[in-house]
Amino acid sequence: MRSGRFLTTVVAPVVAIVIAFSIAGLVLLFADIDPLDAFKEMWKFGTTTDSLISTVNRSLPIYVSALAVAVGFKMGLFNIGVEGAYLLAALIAAWFGALFSVTPIVHIALILIVAMTVGAIWNGIAGLLKVTRGVHEVISTIMLNFIAFSLSAYLFKEYFIPESEGGGLSSATAAIPASGRIPSLNRILGAVGIEAGGIFELHGFLIIAVFLGIGYHYLVNKSRFGYDLRASGVNPAAAHVSGVNPKVMIMKTMLISGALAGLVGMSLLLGEYHQYPQDFRPGLGFTGIGVALLGRNHAVGIAFGAFLFGFLERSALILDFFDVPREIVTIMQGVILFTVVIVYEVISRYVAKRTVEAAARATAEEAGLVSSA
Amino acid sequence: MTTTVESQPETREPRRLNRTTKFILVALGAVLIMTVAELITGSADLTTRGTASAALRLSIPILLAGLGGLYSERAGVVNIGLEGMMIAGTWFAAWGSWTYGPWRGVLIGIVGGAIFGLLHAVATVTFNVDHIVSGVAINILAAGSMRFLSSLVYSAETGGSVIQSPAVDGIENIDIPFFAGGDLFGWSTPDIFGWLESQSWFFVSDFAGILRGFTGGVNWLTLLGLAMVPVTAWLLWRTAWGLRLRSCGEDPWAAESLGVPVLRMKYSAVVISGALSGLAGAFLVLVQSGIYREGMTQGKGFIGLGALIFGNWIPTGVLSGSLVFGFGDALSFRGAVVFRAFVLALAVGLLLLAIYRAAQTRTRVAIVAGSLGAAFLVFYILVDQVPGQLLNATPYLITLFVLAAASQNLRMPAADGARYMKGEAR
Repeated sequence: MRSGRFLTTVVAPVVAIVIAFSIAGLVLLFADIDPLDAFKEMWKFGTTTDSLISTVNRSLPIYVSALAVAVGFKMGLFNIGVEGAYLLAALIAAWFGALFSVTPIVHIALILIVAMTVGAIWNGIAGLLKVTRGVHEVISTIMLNFIAFSLSAYLFKEYFIPESEGGGLSSATAAIPASGRIPSLNRILGAVGIEAGGIFELHGFLIIAVFLGIGYHYLVNKSRFGYDLRASGVNPAAAHVSGVNPKVMIMKTMLISGALAGLVGMSLLLGEYHQYPQDFRPGLGFTGIGVALLGRNHAVGIAFGAFLFGFLERSALILDFFDVPREIVTIMQGVILFTVVIVYEVISRYVAKRTVEAAARATAEEAGLVSSA
Repeated sequence: MTTTVESQPETREPRRLNRTTKFILVALGAVLIMTVAELITGSADLTTRGTASAALRLSIPILLAGLGGLYSERAGVVNIGLEGMMIAGTWFAAWGSWTYGPWRGVLIGIVGGAIFGLLHAVATVTFNVDHIVSGVAINILAAGSMRFLSSLVYSAETGGSVIQSPAVDGIENIDIPFFAGGDLFGWSTPDIFGWLESQSWFFVSDFAGILRGFTGGVNWLTLLGLAMVPVTAWLLWRTAWGLRLRSCGEDPWAAESLGVPVLRMKYSAVVISGALSGLAGAFLVLVQSGIYREGMTQGKGFIGLGALIFGNWIPTGVLSGSLVFGFGDALSFRGAVVFRAFVLALAVGLLLLAIYRAAQTRTRVAIVAGSLGAAFLVFYILVDQVPGQLLNATPYLITLFVLAAASQNLRMPAADGARYMKGEAR
């Protein structure tokens, strides 16, 4: 049994990554580019201290996004709506945070609460539609994404852009005052002897993300709610019979997922931009779906997945200097996703088959039908 | 799509007739209400040929994606990778038209979509990966690969870049003979609907305007897309192949026991699904825009899935669903005044529905419909100018509304999304 677990949790992702790199290599060869050179440059550039800090910063929003998706996955709910929820939440939180200035911790907490509320409400709509009208959440969350894009473009342009002095249109919301910003962790890095080059500052949101990960683990694996959640995911009918109200579970899960989704943009907003620019980083919600699959909905696995995707994105920047299309990294992310689900499926079938065979052999031996060799 | 719906005994024949008459009555009523709304708001654009032909043009990609989803889901494979397959279709159609001319572009676009369909089939049918997971992966992979290809192929060309192709040749439009005054072997036929529309007879002219929009300046690919509806209905419901394919979506284990090659049926269904999505992508490039642009599908594949669900997994249902969504799309393009007229029409329609349901003593439905109608009426009275950014959300809002209104009495294929391995018990 132990080796079975090892196969599914460690071997599957490693095999998937190896396959993904091979396919990406083939694609590059096809485009007349030496793949080994390209990968070597990516590794060299990606492992500098600055790059690693940037990688961690990049992986933070991906991590939170994947947690948001994973909560839903645990009970078989597909929340594709993280994308729209985090953009809308980040915009409203940015506007809200710039309105006033109070004690730092309180200010940050208020901004985070607003973001979580917006996210929860937005994804809650999908939950409500599913519970009351039976609309499948995949469709409704995708539609809500597009509506969120329109709504935030509207709010941004009509209400949230500050009066600009020059007369021209500003391209960002008003800046959040210092009390609402999360300080960087560079000083702590210096204290443990890591010399950050000063280009990048390690986001303080890292600490919040760690707590979110721990909270997620306890919520899903150690709490009554988590038990009901997983039971509903594995066998909805059995869960229902044992007294779990599926409608309440769906609503709760969508609200939690949405609240987490609201936090996705917070490391960028409070640690880097301090305002909501018109082109606030998009696509984090979709990446989160991939990373949740990659990390098999486990808090630590997701952390590895987020770091891997962050690393790929960061190290891809060097490819521009060698005339290699940077999009090869998106292909790699897509292929990793595909291969990891396929490899996982194949391995878990193999493990299941082996377990059945072992059990059959044990029973046969016990019955004295087969002599143990 | 994994929700369990209790299978009910099929009562197809009598219900179907009922459905068609109901559909025609609802359509006529909708046009009547919209005509009245036009009179009140002074927006003369809700039922003209312009709106109608735009609605038809915009609904074809949704229809094709929805039909693609129909094949796949009727064979028991949920396909939310339609969007990704459509993206592949747009890229390959543009590339094909650019290199070999428009008609071969269509073919190449179809092949591009089919390749990603094949990938979905390999993952879901052979490896039994969760269908939605695989679909999500397809969408991510397709978007990334097309961008990579663009940077290799288009970025160095004049007019092209990493996110768009150079302008490519499209496929031409025709007027249908007799109805819209097209040429028939060199003889220019009378323009019947055009004449009726120009008479400004109340309701009759409005209805003729819509029909004129459907029949004039029609693209070959539009006709091909519309033809796919009866073709699909015939293939899936009137041939042995179709019966076998549908049996895989209802009960693959029983189908297997009767000797149906389930895996092969599922493979062909999913590949056809990809091909139709590819055709939808080709339509976007070769009819609507004449260029490949990144993100040009704008969720049309997903809306196609919405049309499929709205249409209760039946070809004509998919058609009416895509027309509704295409109409929403057309409204968002044709400006705020038209949109306002539509909101009024919606309010009136909902209030009428509320009265009808109240008369049937179905109080809950009546209350919901009535309050929604009242809300739209208030919106109509209070809001003079609908901002453009919100207008963009119209098709998605309509999709949500329609699904919320329709979702209750639908029946999906019984084994849609089920994991099936050859020779294994269920």
